[in-house]
Amino acid sequence: MGEAVAYEWKPVKGFALSGLFWGLVCVLLGLVISVQLWKPELNIPPYLTYGRIRNVHVNGLVFGFAVAEIFALSYYMVQKLTRRPLLFPKLAMVQLYIFNAAIAAAAVTLLMGFNRGKEFAELMWPLNVGVVVLWVMYAVIIVGTIIKRKEQQMYISLWYMLATVVAVAILFIVNHLDIPVSLTKSYSLFAGGNDANIEWWYAHNAVAFVFTTPILGMFYYFLPKSTGLPVYSHRLSIIGFWSLIFTYLWTGAHHLVYSPLPDWVQTVGIAFTLMMIAPSWASVFNGYYTVGADWSKMKNAYLTKFFLLGITFYGLQTLQGPLQGLRMVNQIVHFTDWVPGHVHMGTMGWLAMTICASIYYVIPSVYDTEVYSVKLANVHFWLVLVGQLIFSITMWILGIQQGVMWKAISPEDGSLTYTFMESVLASYPYWQMRTFGGLLFFTGLCVFAYNIVMTIKSANKSAVAVEGR
Amino acid sequence: MNIYSKPIFFTIVVTVVILIGTTVMMVFPAFSPEMAPKMANVHPYTALQLAGRDAYIENGCYYCHSQMIRPLKAETMRYGEYSKAGEFNYDQPFLWGSKRKGPDLARIGGKYSDKWHYKHMNDPRKLFQGSNMPAFGWMADYPVDAEQTEKGMKALGFPYTKEEIDALKDKTKLDAIIAYLQSLGTAIPKPPKQPMIAAGDKNPLAGDPKAIEEGKKIFDMNCAACHGVDAKGDVGPDLTDNEWLYVAGPIHDDTLFSIIADGTKKDQQFEGRAAKGGMPSWGEFFGKKKIWSVVTYIRSLESK
Repeated sequence: MGEAVAYEWKPVKGFALSGLFWGLVCVLLGLVISVQLWKPELNIPPYLTYGRIRNVHVNGLVFGFAVAEIFALSYYMVQKLTRRPLLFPKLAMVQLYIFNAAIAAAAVTLLMGFNRGKEFAELMWPLNVGVVVLWVMYAVIIVGTIIKRKEQQMYISLWYMLATVVAVAILFIVNHLDIPVSLTKSYSLFAGGNDANIEWWYAHNAVAFVFTTPILGMFYYFLPKSTGLPVYSHRLSIIGFWSLIFTYLWTGAHHLVYSPLPDWVQTVGIAFTLMMIAPSWASVFNGYYTVGADWSKMKNAYLTKFFLLGITFYGLQTLQGPLQGLRMVNQIVHFTDWVPGHVHMGTMGWLAMTICASIYYVIPSVYDTEVYSVKLANVHFWLVLVGQLIFSITMWILGIQQGVMWKAISPEDGSLTYTFMESVLASYPYWQMRTFGGLLFFTGLCVFAYNIVMTIKSANKSAVAVEGR
Repeated sequence: MNIYSKPIFFTIVVTVVILIGTTVMMVFPAFSPEMAPKMANVHPYTALQLAGRDAYIENGCYYCHSQMIRPLKAETMRYGEYSKAGEFNYDQPFLWGSKRKGPDLARIGGKYSDKWHYKHMNDPRKLFQGSNMPAFGWMADYPVDAEQTEKGMKALGFPYTKEEIDALKDKTKLDAIIAYLQSLGTAIPKPPKQPMIAAGDKNPLAGDPKAIEEGKKIFDMNCAACHGVDAKGDVGPDLTDNEWLYVAGPIHDDTLFSIIADGTKKDQQFEGRAAKGGMPSWGEFFGKKKIWSVVTYIRSLESK
């Protein structure tokens, strides 16, 4: 006990900052496509049209931002929780360079139109081989470090990390099986309904094992760390973990309600989606009761509100999701703008909130300094919170409006009340409002980036001062 | 002796837990014939259609257009017969989509003429005022990659002829994508329509100024796209002259009604005149009263 561990922080710093960069770029692209929706003249063919920039926005934020920060924060947590330096730190640095090259290549090739045609699985096949290589490196480093650990018991965050390592590998490989045609073109190995079922098994569990399990790992580590409060119930976190990773894999078909897929597949998918409320809310309760031990932390420890709001949106997300799966609700909201409203509550509210708070904790820790400005962090918090709420609420209202307009049948003679164009015309004010919400969110993210950069700068200065002495 | 201090054993258990749902919901259905039943009239894509499908994917069309019609009343009225599993047996990847910023395209094939599609791709807002679809006329500057398409046909095991590939060399991506769109959803014949009115019915709203006003609104929003804002013709014919279906002389109200309600097919006979085809059907959208209003509006232009 008490002996100093020579932690390896270089890969942590590298991935944290890379993720921040790709995050800023790709949120900005999100703003661009939100404007293109209500100002189609801004589509500049062939490379800068909506259908191409959208992929860079989505892939850039999933792989470039979320996965980079997952790498950064799990390399931090794994060292702290095993009480030993990262195994193969040089490999992690190689991984960092390949990662950034891969994201840059992904952005360029997507704009060039090299698209596999499956959502969240668009990258051309050579890049997907690269993703697998990067993931194997991650697996080797994480599993290796855990095996060589100095702390006997694995903490909750490590369970979530291991589950992430395994599940992402299985999901990614199966849904990217291709028949290559050329270096840039390939066709899915599966056809029609099977391809659809495999795609949504993959995509919904990308939500599970990229947007949920690793983020819960961060939540369970950094909430207690930043508040000094122990996790409320260890038993609840055990139940939550196993039931979550068991149930999630059953639910993909709720994306295909009313599709030509067999009814039983849809119904089982919907039923398991409803069951998901319990494991999800296990973590919500755990979070609330943890902070409930001392509510003054909300005021005094500036990161508490990030984590608590994050888990609140996670709770709302995991309640809204199952409701959307119900056939009655699904027939109204499916295919409408309700869906991006739902998705962005999860990504802007839960994922980004929790990741940013964890970064606020980690950067001062690895640079051995204090955060540059708590005030700016508070400004960041309110901007992203209000921005996300405007975005989501606007889209929910619009989604219901579209769903109802599409379904409306005139009682007079049983004909359709509205043409599709009428629903488009009615959407414009909402689409403009969403851009405004996104702008607030992006501003908040810029404040965050500035705060982080200034924290690092001040750390470098004091390091120089120490050396000079 | 607990699982949380044995990382390898823990990881194996996690893997097994994950594979249970995966097996039941993903692997098992893959072997069930319900997932991909054989269907008559569903054929592999031709080389040109495949090139068009590639262009459709390349430009991310599937982010805004779904290709899956749900078995819901309003939806089948708007888009046609609901989608069947067997219709997608040659779709690698599937392109059902998850969002409708634009309308569903599962049965767009044959709904509009090629000419209409070229015009629409060039400038969507000319046909639909206020549309937010980006223009895709620029695709005419990009020739189809015949060599890659041939490789694709081989990879997918689709039959093709040498002539078909040679013919690709003069085709652009715009030609290809329109050929692809025209193939969508055509495996299932359109169900016969119940006529909305009896033969010989007269327009109950004839001359009603309110109906003229209502009809103009509907016309401007939906019909002006092809017949021009002033109804003097564009993709579709002039409606203000005394020619109907390209032959001089008047037609009856009930004929005009059924052309609007059910659309036209090539060489379909109306009062002894042959249609050229290309008029889409509007009956599901408008209902009787709105169609009669449009008829009233068109008649009001005629008499000017």
